[in-house]
Amino acid sequence: MANRAFSVSRLPGFTVTALAVFAILYLPILTLVAYSFNASQSVAVWGGLTLDWYGKAWANDHVKDATLRSLTIAVSASLISTTVATLAALGTTRRKPFKGQTFIYVMINQPLMVPEIVTAVALLIFFASIKIATGYQGLGYLILAHSAFCVPFAYLPIRARLEGMDFSLETAAADLYASPWQTFRHVTLPLLGPGIIAGSMLAFVISLDDVVITEFVKSGGQDTLPTYMLGQMRRQLTPEINAVSSMLLALTVALLTAFFLLTRKKTN
Amino acid sequence: MANLEDRQDARSARNGWLLSTPALVLLALAAVGPLFIMLVYSFLVPGKYGNVEWGFSTDGWTGILFSRDIFDDTVKLADAHLTIFWRSIKLSLLTTIFTFAVGFPTAWFIATRPPRARPFWLFLITIPFWTNLLIRTYAINEVIRIEGLMNTILLKLGLITEPLRIIYTDFAVFIGMTYVYLPLMVLPMFAAIDRFDMRLLEAGYDLYATRWQILRRIILPVVKPGIIAGSILVFVPSLGAYVTPRVLGGGKQMMISNFIELQFGQGRNWPLGAALSMLLLVVVTIALLIYVRYANRETSHG
Repeated sequence: MANRAFSVSRLPGFTVTALAVFAILYLPILTLVAYSFNASQSVAVWGGLTLDWYGKAWANDHVKDATLRSLTIAVSASLISTTVATLAALGTTRRKPFKGQTFIYVMINQPLMVPEIVTAVALLIFFASIKIATGYQGLGYLILAHSAFCVPFAYLPIRARLEGMDFSLETAAADLYASPWQTFRHVTLPLLGPGIIAGSMLAFVISLDDVVITEFVKSGGQDTLPTYMLGQMRRQLTPEINAVSSMLLALTVALLTAFFLLTRKKTN
Repeated sequence: MANLEDRQDARSARNGWLLSTPALVLLALAAVGPLFIMLVYSFLVPGKYGNVEWGFSTDGWTGILFSRDIFDDTVKLADAHLTIFWRSIKLSLLTTIFTFAVGFPTAWFIATRPPRARPFWLFLITIPFWTNLLIRTYAINEVIRIEGLMNTILLKLGLITEPLRIIYTDFAVFIGMTYVYLPLMVLPMFAAIDRFDMRLLEAGYDLYATRWQILRRIILPVVKPGIIAGSILVFVPSLGAYVTPRVLGGGKQMMISNFIELQFGQGRNWPLGAALSMLLLVVVTIALLIYVRYANRETSHG
């Protein structure tokens, strides 16, 4: 049966195109990673394997500084966005649809619909006047901006988890005279756990990867890893950038793999 | 009894709002609210050293299409701006068409894998989708730049005698955008093809349809919502692309986003930058509304 549908669904050239697409999708990334281990400066010459570029990147104070800042922002933004997204998910699921619920959805998903450059410019304008008015130039602006655009990424996995959850356990807890808070603390929250972890990881990755909004919102000397790399790409390129990229790439892929495993468990 | 239910509903709605409030405040403060401030700024007068001066002016908006000659104060169509708009639209359309051309066979391939293998192929498409856009753009840069991988290989093979100058052209930006936005085309099309009833193909073949007729008359109409979703998902970020034209266009082949940035740097024309951003927002919103309407019609009829 499956075999028959299989042969019928074959279209000429499709398989070749698809395989070529997969190859082209991964080749540049693999090249980038491979050349982070190249002892020679030039792409034209393979000078043998080395970890020198990683050593150089590690010893580079700009890279260290930017990495630390990226992590500070991503952790803060992930914590803030996941907290508000969890509350909003509890507020917008498993109750009778109420007036204004669509408005809440639109607001929460707004960062997915508005082009990044538009948000970036709007925040630049808004924060510029606050910077002048208060004199505060710190990381707060970046953390606030990142927290906001991470909300939908944290919200969606948590909501999905909530919608797939079994109501009866909470009813059972209530039947056993648990207070609403006890029910939430000991039943709902542990069940929701994987969704919250998945949402916070996604928010973390999205914050870590952001270029455009950060580029417009940051004050002088507040480079994150991506904006530092963007700045470097104007100058002459050394495999040091490849080494930094590869490390960021490895971190992202590790987190995403964990995310997929976490969210897949639910369906099994 | 009904009264009690009403009161319960009201309490439930109030709790819903209460729980959503922190998220709403955060988004109002750092996502939605600033858009309104930007709208106001688009009607102000540019300051000499950037920022704005308080005074009403529509120059920000007229500046989108027209420029005032600094010597004789005549107003004429701003050709440079039109070039940038045309490049943005042209490259976004080309990217959409090309990602469809290669993305459709890819989505079809994934959807026709045996069910056990499907998540693996889907995962392969999803990984680039979630990895850093800057890194993927840089990876393309590594391949196509003058001393890049492609030129090195072609020179060594003797296929070319001089390196191809692709980098810092429109074509480079097109290659880059196609590369980075391809997963956005494949994923919704996969979702549509995945629901496609393969028995329709058997019926088609039984009635002596050719492969071309099968594709045109059966497959494409049925998976059309996925195609439209993918096209809008690619077109919208292409139109607002900032990183790819900056890295692969080298500052000369500007698109709308880079032009907007310019107004907040050397251009020192914040109102024009704000007006351009609003315009981009309006265009993108219209595209999304068309998509939503279309999607609703599809589901209500289908």
